[in-house]
Amino acid sequence: MRTAFIETLCELAQTDERIWLLTGDLGFSVLERFGNYFPERFVNMGVAEQNMTGVAAGLALTGKTVFTYSIANFPVIRCLEQIRNDVCYHNLNVKIVAVGGGVTYGTAGYSHHGIEDIALMQSMPNMTVITPTDPFETKQVMHAIISKNGPCYLRLGRGGEPNIYGNLSPFEIGKATCLNEGTEIAIFSTGPIISEVLKALVYLKKNNVNPYVINFPTLKPFDDETVKQIASKVTNIFTVDEHTSYGGFTGSVSKAMAMSGFNCKLTQICLTDEYISITGTQSYLHKYHGIDAEFICKKILEVLK
Amino acid sequence: MADIHTRELARKIRIHALKMVHRANASHIGSCLSIADLLAVLYETTLQYKADNPQYLDRDRFILSKGHAAAVLYAVLAEKGFFPIQQLNDYCSNGSMFAGHASHHVPGVELSTGSLGHGLPVACGIALAGKRQNSTFRSFVLMSDGELNEGSNWEAILFAPQHKLDNLVAIVDYNKLQGFGAVKDVIDLDPIVDKWKTFNWSVREINGHDHCEIEKTLKAVPFEKDKPSIIIAHTIKGKGVSYMENTLAWHYKSPNSEQLKLALEELSD
Repeated sequence: MRTAFIETLCELAQTDERIWLLTGDLGFSVLERFGNYFPERFVNMGVAEQNMTGVAAGLALTGKTVFTYSIANFPVIRCLEQIRNDVCYHNLNVKIVAVGGGVTYGTAGYSHHGIEDIALMQSMPNMTVITPTDPFETKQVMHAIISKNGPCYLRLGRGGEPNIYGNLSPFEIGKATCLNEGTEIAIFSTGPIISEVLKALVYLKKNNVNPYVINFPTLKPFDDETVKQIASKVTNIFTVDEHTSYGGFTGSVSKAMAMSGFNCKLTQICLTDEYISITGTQSYLHKYHGIDAEFICKKILEVLK
Repeated sequence: MADIHTRELARKIRIHALKMVHRANASHIGSCLSIADLLAVLYETTLQYKADNPQYLDRDRFILSKGHAAAVLYAVLAEKGFFPIQQLNDYCSNGSMFAGHASHHVPGVELSTGSLGHGLPVACGIALAGKRQNSTFRSFVLMSDGELNEGSNWEAILFAPQHKLDNLVAIVDYNKLQGFGAVKDVIDLDPIVDKWKTFNWSVREINGHDHCEIEKTLKAVPFEKDKPSIIIAHTIKGKGVSYMENTLAWHYKSPNSEQLKLALEELSD
C-alpha cells in the first residue's frame, strides 16, 4: 500500500503543482522517489510532527495540497491539536497519511500500533477518513482525495497487502461496496483486515452460511444508506476492524443502524479496550486478539447457534 | 515621521480593547495593552495588505500566536478598515464571530489561535511556501513569552534556520509575566537572546513601546540573509494604564466601570 501511495502521489504531482509531501523523517527507501522528482515540494521535517502539521497548515493556507506522512500514531495523535485547530478548523487541504494502521507494526510494540486513530479522526469536523483495502484501492483513493477540498486522513497498511479488488475497485468517497451477496447475515469491514474476512467467507460457505460482505473504505462521510439497506434484509450484522472497540467503525455502523430503525443484532469483532502488552507479528496479534479468519468464523457460528 | 500616526493608532486601539474587554467582562487586557504599540507600528508602517481585499496573494501574513490578545488585534484591523469599527461592540457577544481568542472568521485574521504554540509552525509553512515559489510576501508572527514554554515552538525554531527562512519574522512580547507569576519563576527564558542565537536566528532586542525603535527594527528585516529574524520586544504588561502595569491580576480581570473611566482618562490625550 505504501508503494501504491507513493507511486500515485508522484503521478498526480506531475500534473498538479500544488502537491507537496512532508515526512516526519520516516519512509526511508519509499519516499525518495517523490523527493528526487520534486525536490522543491518535498521536505523532511525531522522528527517533529507538531511542527510538520503546523507547517502543512501554513503551506495549505497559501494554496498547496500537502501530504504529511509518518508511521502509525506520529502524524495523528502526536499532533492531534494541530490537526484540530490548524488544519480542520480552517478546512485546509492537508492530507494526513499514517502508515501501519492497526497492528501492522506488530512486533514494534504498543507505541507503534495505530488502533485508536479512526475514532479520533472521525470526531473532527471537515475531516474525511479513509482506510483503503488494498494497493489498488489505495490508488483510486489518492485520485479521489486530491479532487476533494479539505482535510483527509488516510490510514494505510505497510506493504505486502494482498490485492482484493484486482483492477476493479469501484472506489467513490462515502460509498461502501459489496464483496459478496449473501442472505440472513452480513459482515461489515474496512481496511486490509478484509482479507481475513474473505478467508472466513470460504469456510462459512462450507458451513452453509452465506453472509453479505460489505467493504466500507470511507469511514467519514459514512455510508449510512448501505447500512440501512442491509439491516433491512438480515438478522445479524458483524463488524470486523483493526481498531479498539470504542467509537471508530463499529460506532458508525451502530449509529447508522439505530438511526435506520432496524434492530438486527450487532456483534463487534475488533481489538478489545485494553493495552496490547505482548509482542508478535500482525498475524499473531490478529489471532491473539480474535480478529483473524478462524476466530471470525468461530464467533459468527457461535452467535448464529 | 510615522511616529505620531502610530502613537495615535496605539492609543485608539488601547481604548477600543479596554472598552471591549469591559463590555464583555472578558480577560487578557494586560496582554492586549503590552502589544498595542507593536501592532500599531506593524499595521501602520510595515505590513503589506489591502483592507478591502484581505486575501490578496502577495500580502504579508501576520499571525497573532498569542490569540488571547484578540481584542487589540480586532481593534487594529477595525481601525485599518478591514471592517466597520462599530463591529468591535460584538466582541464576545452571543452569535458573533468576534471570539475571545483570535478567529479567522474575522476579516484580516489569518489564523485562529488561542491554544499556544501554534502560530510559529504555521508561519514557518507560509514562509517556506513563499521562499520556494519566489514570492515577495513575508510571514510575521507575534508570540507571548509564556507561550515559549510550548515544545511545538522549539520544533519550529529548529526548522526555520534549516530552511533559511529569512522571510520569517517572529516577535516575542517579553512582558515577563505569565499565567501564574513571573516568567523567571515559572519557566525561566533567560538568557533569551542567547537561546535564539544558538538556534541560528538573527536576534534584535528592542523596547517594545518605543515606536521609533520598533519601526526601525521592522524596517531592517531580514537582519541577516538566509536567517529568520527574531525581535525580543521588552514590554510591560498592562502598558498605558498605570494601575494595570506589571500587575499579574490584569491577565485575567476586566475593568469595572470606575476602573474603565480611570483608564480612559489616562489615555485621553
